[in-house]
Amino acid sequence: MTIFGWLQIAVVLGAVLLCAWPLGLYMARVFSGEKTPISPLVRPIERAFYAASGIRPEKEQSWLSYTLAMLTFNALGFLILYVLLRLQGNLPLNPQGFSGVAPDLAFNTAMSFVTNTNWQAYGGETTMSHLVQMAGLAVQNFLSAATGIALAIAVTRAFARSSAQTLGNFWVDMTRATLYVLLPLSVLLAIAFVLSGMPQTLAGSVEATTLEGAKQTIALGPVASQEAIKQLGTNGGGFFNANAAHPFENPNAWTNMLSIWSMLLISTALTFTFGRMVGDGHQGVALLIAMYTLLIAATGVVYWAETSGNRLLTQAGVEATAGNMEGKEVRFGQALSALYVVATTALSCGAVNTMHDSLTPLGGLVPMFMIQLGEILPGGVGSGLYGMIVVAILTVFIAGLMVGRTPEYLGKKIEAREMKLAILALLVLPMAILGFSAISAMMPKALESLANAGPHGLSEILYAFSSAAGNNGSAFAGLNANTPWYNTTLGLSMLLGRFAYVVPVMALAGAVAAKKKVPASGGTFPTDSGLFVGLLIGVILILGGLQYFPALALGPIVEHVLMHAGKTF
Amino acid sequence: MTTKVIPLLDAAILRQAALDAVVKLWPAKLVRNPVMFVTAIVALLVTMLLLRDLATGRGGLLFAGQLAAWLWFTVLFANFAEAIAEGRGKAHADALRATRSETRAKLLSSSDDDKWESKAADLLVVGDIVLVEAGDIVPADGEVIEGIASVNESAVTGESAPVIRESGGDRSAVTGGTTVISDWIKVRVTAEPGSSFLDRMIALVEGAQRQKTPNELALSILLSGMTLIFLIAVVTLWGLAGYSGTVLSVTVLAALLVTLIPTTIGGLLSAIGIAGMDRLIRFNVIATSGRAVEAAGDVDTLLLDKTGTITYGNRLAAAFIPVPGKTDRDVAEAALLSSLADETPEGRSIVALAMGQFGQAEPNAGHLGATFIPFSAQTRISGIDLGGRSIRKGAVDAILKSTGTTIESTFAAFRDAVESISRSGGTPLAVADGQTLIGVIHLKDVVKPGIKERFAALRAMGIKTVMVTGDNPVTAAAIASEAGVDDYIAEATPQDKLAYIKAEQAKGRLIAMCGDGTNDAPALAQADVGVAMQTGTQAAREAGNMVDLDSNPTKLIEVTEIGKQLLMTRGSLTTFSIANDVAKYFAIIPALFLATYPELGALNVMRLETPESAILSAVIFNALVIIALIPLALKGISYRPIGAAALLRRNLLVYGLGGLVAPFVGIKIIDIVVTTLRLA
Repeated sequence: MTIFGWLQIAVVLGAVLLCAWPLGLYMARVFSGEKTPISPLVRPIERAFYAASGIRPEKEQSWLSYTLAMLTFNALGFLILYVLLRLQGNLPLNPQGFSGVAPDLAFNTAMSFVTNTNWQAYGGETTMSHLVQMAGLAVQNFLSAATGIALAIAVTRAFARSSAQTLGNFWVDMTRATLYVLLPLSVLLAIAFVLSGMPQTLAGSVEATTLEGAKQTIALGPVASQEAIKQLGTNGGGFFNANAAHPFENPNAWTNMLSIWSMLLISTALTFTFGRMVGDGHQGVALLIAMYTLLIAATGVVYWAETSGNRLLTQAGVEATAGNMEGKEVRFGQALSALYVVATTALSCGAVNTMHDSLTPLGGLVPMFMIQLGEILPGGVGSGLYGMIVVAILTVFIAGLMVGRTPEYLGKKIEAREMKLAILALLVLPMAILGFSAISAMMPKALESLANAGPHGLSEILYAFSSAAGNNGSAFAGLNANTPWYNTTLGLSMLLGRFAYVVPVMALAGAVAAKKKVPASGGTFPTDSGLFVGLLIGVILILGGLQYFPALALGPIVEHVLMHAGKTF
Repeated sequence: MTTKVIPLLDAAILRQAALDAVVKLWPAKLVRNPVMFVTAIVALLVTMLLLRDLATGRGGLLFAGQLAAWLWFTVLFANFAEAIAEGRGKAHADALRATRSETRAKLLSSSDDDKWESKAADLLVVGDIVLVEAGDIVPADGEVIEGIASVNESAVTGESAPVIRESGGDRSAVTGGTTVISDWIKVRVTAEPGSSFLDRMIALVEGAQRQKTPNELALSILLSGMTLIFLIAVVTLWGLAGYSGTVLSVTVLAALLVTLIPTTIGGLLSAIGIAGMDRLIRFNVIATSGRAVEAAGDVDTLLLDKTGTITYGNRLAAAFIPVPGKTDRDVAEAALLSSLADETPEGRSIVALAMGQFGQAEPNAGHLGATFIPFSAQTRISGIDLGGRSIRKGAVDAILKSTGTTIESTFAAFRDAVESISRSGGTPLAVADGQTLIGVIHLKDVVKPGIKERFAALRAMGIKTVMVTGDNPVTAAAIASEAGVDDYIAEATPQDKLAYIKAEQAKGRLIAMCGDGTNDAPALAQADVGVAMQTGTQAAREAGNMVDLDSNPTKLIEVTEIGKQLLMTRGSLTTFSIANDVAKYFAIIPALFLATYPELGALNVMRLETPESAILSAVIFNALVIIALIPLALKGISYRPIGAAALLRRNLLVYGLGGLVAPFVGIKIIDIVVTTLRLA
């Protein structure tokens, strides 16, 4: 680790915080229906959409109809994408002439993009036509992100309102998230990417003659525009198979920093939106501090583990000063690779600029654990915020009892019903991750997909299901996931991780919204204090640790001890 | 009931509880507690496997046998905790029940009849009219419709001083089980047999009708959720271990599961709840439900009557102010003389002040041949004629009239004194000797000593105090600031009280109040916590959700503390229970995989001897910690009004950090014992 490395990390995170604050307040205005600088331009378009689809924007929905609207919309999105994938061979904009996608892969991919996971069991440049990339995948990149934002805003309103029956209008929130937030930011970011050397073309590929005289086909496409929304929407699905390690997807140190900045931006900003909308900015900042404390600590662990390197390689005569550089790009360096690894997993983004499979055991444990903690640090756009609120409710419950009062969060009493729904949501991840991992670990057919034996193989399985259920989408690699078993079970994990999680959360929001907001008193435990932040961090770590410690002990932890004992796999 | 203090761990109760612990293994009873139900199922499973191994003659029986035994102990210990708490309640209930047995009632056919027939008390119905004479036990709850009697209520209140019960007014309610010690009353029965106040009290202290309170329910859900999560973690571990080449036996997985699920809090949860009710009863407060006790812990605003709660209720002499040319000793002397025959509390307080603070000797008025002028409502003056002096004291305008002056023509100092006393909410009395004004007596409502500190403590707890008084706003403000209450309602009518409560509730606040009169009933019913005084009317007692047997309104403060203590005990033990799991993982996980991955021994930070001893020690610790925490669960963890954040910091340090560290030490010690005794 070097001072310079930490400085790079500090600059990127500082830039995120600096921009997230105004963006957060801007989003609060957008979703409260207030006037914004771009309203004169966007408002007419927005109105036209409502007029065309017969939506009455002023009509608000109960939690149930909001949720049903969201589910219907996403089900349709899934269907359209699935059909597009299956029929791609017969559709235009297919310069490479790819054929239709197999049913299990199409299911997996459609689910993956609808749930904001962007798990890719395929190589993008060798499987998907431009039409699918742009009209299918990129559209879902926008819509899944907008869905996340809309849900987070609905949950925020539940805490902002008192004795309310409605949480807003899903269609309006979706439209505004897309038109006011995602589209303008994507355009700006895409331009910045193009300016820094990312390709943006509709051409399929170029033929090049190498120095040896051999022919090489270099895949091309509308990369910059895909990249922009991939990062902003914490989607993470790359245009190329190598994702952000590919020189076209992430050409230089500058685009690398911009990529990290852009994937952290909206999730971070939403904590400010939350604070503004509930009428107490400190509440949002408290959540933000908890998120960033863990994010930075995790980055520190990866950075330390990777620069410490691998003793076995050093013994084999590999130059040790740079640490473990296997699977990393020299143009990004250790510090920003570590930050990328942690950010992309703590965010449910899943873009990768480093092969996670090549990380040292402890370095690889961190991204896996980040996902297992529930993708809340700061998590996917929207999903991170509402996930964090669920954990905050749990924290407040325990803390509230300890100060001798019925627990309350932001003036809302947390009682049996809220607890039931929060627990229901919290059960989803361990069930999907541990359940499917354990079954796969015992299935000879599933084990054939593994590239490595021993604990590293187990890590590969565990990582895949964590990534899918956490809607992250990054891969540990080393696991051939494009098989019917994995395509199906990983697809189901994504489905559960997104929708089985959010339905109880929305019911929770409905219950919370209907409650009267209780004014704080001296006996109320303050949820904007350092003590609360500390406790929240403790609950996140202990809750996550207790669930996954046995599994992790058999994967990365034992691998780490074995590595020190000189055993490899 | 206060007369008999039951020690925390009474031998007879412990014996009975040990028996009950076994009885409570009955599945229908166990299922009420999900965590313990799961533990019992797991214990049963391990036992069945043990029997199978016994039959097939497999090895490792000593280990499996001990494991099964300790799993059962875990369930038994939890049952034991609940049984002790119930036993303590039963002991109170038995004392109560003894008073009720075999009471005969003197049933009258109508209220103006004097002939009665004997009828068993438990056959009385609502509306029956009974005669209760000196020496009789009141056969049922009811209302006095005729007569007046002194009643010994020690059976319910523990207070042996008799109280007066009479028809009409606010003292008309009588409680079944109490004894009339003089005179007679006619009582109309107001409660069905079996649902009388005493019956409800017995049922409550026994915990027979105990329903889970809202917070307890929410916590149970959290604990069940945790149990499910650990069930997933443990069951899937079998698969993940299988991949790694380790076949885990059901027995060790069962051990892991039971140590991880929150058995500590799960086992003590109902004991905490019962003990909370019991604590309240020892404070001589009966709550009609556990829900009310919990609500007490959440109270934001406390409505307190001024009279009798904040002040003594009578205006007492506080100072003597002379007119120019006289000394305060002159005023004291004159005031003393003029009040000698004044038997009102005000008059007595003047005598006390003159003799106490000013050292006036008590004059032997009889010997001086004095004539007393008693106080009358018409003259508003009392006094004494003594050897040519005619000393008078009374309302300022009345005295001025008797001296033939007007307020304008008196001394400026006199006018100022009268004015400032009135402004501060006090009452000025003038003292005159013949035609000469001597000075002013300052009568004021004296705030009870220590009450200000109690309000400060409440403020620190985050509770706002509101004083309710019939006084005018000036007087009310003065007393409010002296007593240190946060707000006051002056010239309050019962409607004002009700309106205030509704307005506060609309803002989302929880209100507690106490009252005794029939006109308090609507407000008592509206308040979230309504404490009725035992001396109050039947209507008030029905409207509230708690009854204070000592009729001491300041007890609302203790009630609130008990409510808070109840929640804190649950929260702290939950934290302790969850924090414990960290150490248990470090004990069990390396032990499970020692054969496959000896390198995982690095996680064995406690350096436990063998895998078997590690697993066994964790299970034993898990069981013993329930027993160790029973006294804490029964007593409750101490509450101090230091503000929420400070309280949380303290409890986190003790139960969070303590919960993290304690099992590392405990499991290590048990491991040493287990290996020394060669048990594993």
